[in-house]
Amino acid sequence: MNSQTAFALPLLRPELPSPAGLKTWNNSDPALRYAVYRNNVTVSLIDALADTFPVVQQLVGEEFFRAMARVFAQAHPPQSRIMAFYGQGFARFISGFAPAASVPYLADVARLEMAYVCAYHAADATALDTAQLQAWLADPALLDGLTLVLHPSVHLIRAPQAIVSIWAAHQTDDEPQGWDADIPQNAFVFRSGQSVHVQAIANAAALFFASLLDGATLLRAADEMQACDPGFDLPGALAMLMRWQLLIGSHTGDTHHALSH
Amino acid sequence: MDTDLSPATRPLGAAASTLPLRAGVGLKPQHFQEILTTRPDIGFFEVHAENYLVPGGPFHHYLDLIREGYPLSIHGVGLSIGAEAPLDVQHLNSLQRLLDKYQPQSFSEHLAWSTHGPTFLNDLLPLPYNTATLRRVCDHIDQVQTHLQRRLLLENPATYVEFTASTWDEGDFISEVLRRTGCGLLLDVNNVFVSCVNHHRDAQEAIRALPLHAVGEIHLAGFAEQLDANGDPLLIDSHGAPVAQAVWNLYAFTLALTGAQPTLLERDNDIPAWPVLLAEARLAEQHLQTPAAPQALIRSQLADLVSA
Repeated sequence: MNSQTAFALPLLRPELPSPAGLKTWNNSDPALRYAVYRNNVTVSLIDALADTFPVVQQLVGEEFFRAMARVFAQAHPPQSRIMAFYGQGFARFISGFAPAASVPYLADVARLEMAYVCAYHAADATALDTAQLQAWLADPALLDGLTLVLHPSVHLIRAPQAIVSIWAAHQTDDEPQGWDADIPQNAFVFRSGQSVHVQAIANAAALFFASLLDGATLLRAADEMQACDPGFDLPGALAMLMRWQLLIGSHTGDTHHALSH
Repeated sequence: MDTDLSPATRPLGAAASTLPLRAGVGLKPQHFQEILTTRPDIGFFEVHAENYLVPGGPFHHYLDLIREGYPLSIHGVGLSIGAEAPLDVQHLNSLQRLLDKYQPQSFSEHLAWSTHGPTFLNDLLPLPYNTATLRRVCDHIDQVQTHLQRRLLLENPATYVEFTASTWDEGDFISEVLRRTGCGLLLDVNNVFVSCVNHHRDAQEAIRALPLHAVGEIHLAGFAEQLDANGDPLLIDSHGAPVAQAVWNLYAFTLALTGAQPTLLERDNDIPAWPVLLAEARLAEQHLQTPAAPQALIRSQLADLVSA
């Protein structure tokens, strides 16, 4: 074992003794000083998770959250030096974390909060020109193969419970109002300008956006939606993407048009 | 011959830092708006490189705007120069793109390591000072400076333990790293103070043992206080409190030796309202404007000769 392995391993494994080869000026037990590093590493990871998942923390309380985050951090320390995205696996971890099983929507709220952070830091991209899009929509030859590219900040989370209402209830300093958790909700998360938005959208719109994100052509995505929900509001869904400047490119047949910087 | 040298492509012989000889503050997202609205008179801002290695969004939006009005220092916390493993070339490439984009007046990193295998430990971990670590650190700094085509400032660490494998004093080790690599020194006065209390050394002697001719920036920060297993004080470099009076005193002692230096107030935890940080920067500027004793460094060196 090399010396840094010996120093690194006990940092996140409290059951291991502190490494050999440490000394102190007053011959005090170096384990207590090494514990500063253990604490720095563990607490900094817990703090990073608390920054990214504030609603999860409010839902279970700080003490429970930090205990849960400690278990996660010790088992899944960061694999990247870019800490902004630490916690990608936290939602999955929560869904298997037995002590949190009594809060069935907790993992999906975590998924939403991670999507929020990803949307916040996602690449910037310039929206398609409205006139350009209208020209494509008006040209049957182009429309057949037209796929739309959505802004890189767009995330969609489909949940069996009311995660958007739950999330929204925790966005003010006021005591969260009650919510009916048992209504399924789709969270549509995106950044427009410098602001991240979280909106609940109807099932058909969610499926439509999911098809577009998968790269389906506009016609195919719309066809599928109208087959499953004849009331699907296609113009409304497109207008929403235009209003928030979330259409950033397109493929027409084999030609790729993208505006980004 | 290259005649168009932007700050990010300065030759290795150029100064490692061209920050103004004033006080700066660590830039925090919660202060973006207020800084743009109030346009405070301040020497420079410093950001942690890794916080800005994200694709886009508000961090870049606001840093772009703030960079237009202020000099910038980019301070890396993830390069892991002291690691036994090779440097991460992808990370170096990311840093290169960031430096190209923002053209900072200074780029700095730590004499520490923070990675183990694929794991990022998110802390600045200590290394023994001996011939093997000296060679490794110098090789890594050579690689960084060649890759980034600029000199870096290396920050002295705050440490809580010492190693039986160390054969060099910290000051000698850092001096030799600077001599071999040509990098500059980011002198963290709080780190000197913290390490000196923790290892029972004289802080003024520790300052004088550092290669003060190569200082390109000074860091000031607050510490937290604990006790070790014997009940002796153990200071923690917390970046979560105002600068302690003892550190202000050591800063004044340092300035008398180095002359005015770009000085950063670091606060990364329990971040207060913007005016509180600005007031602390003003305190540092008062020190910077106090005329230092002329030729203080020479006097100090002569004193060393006499006492040797």
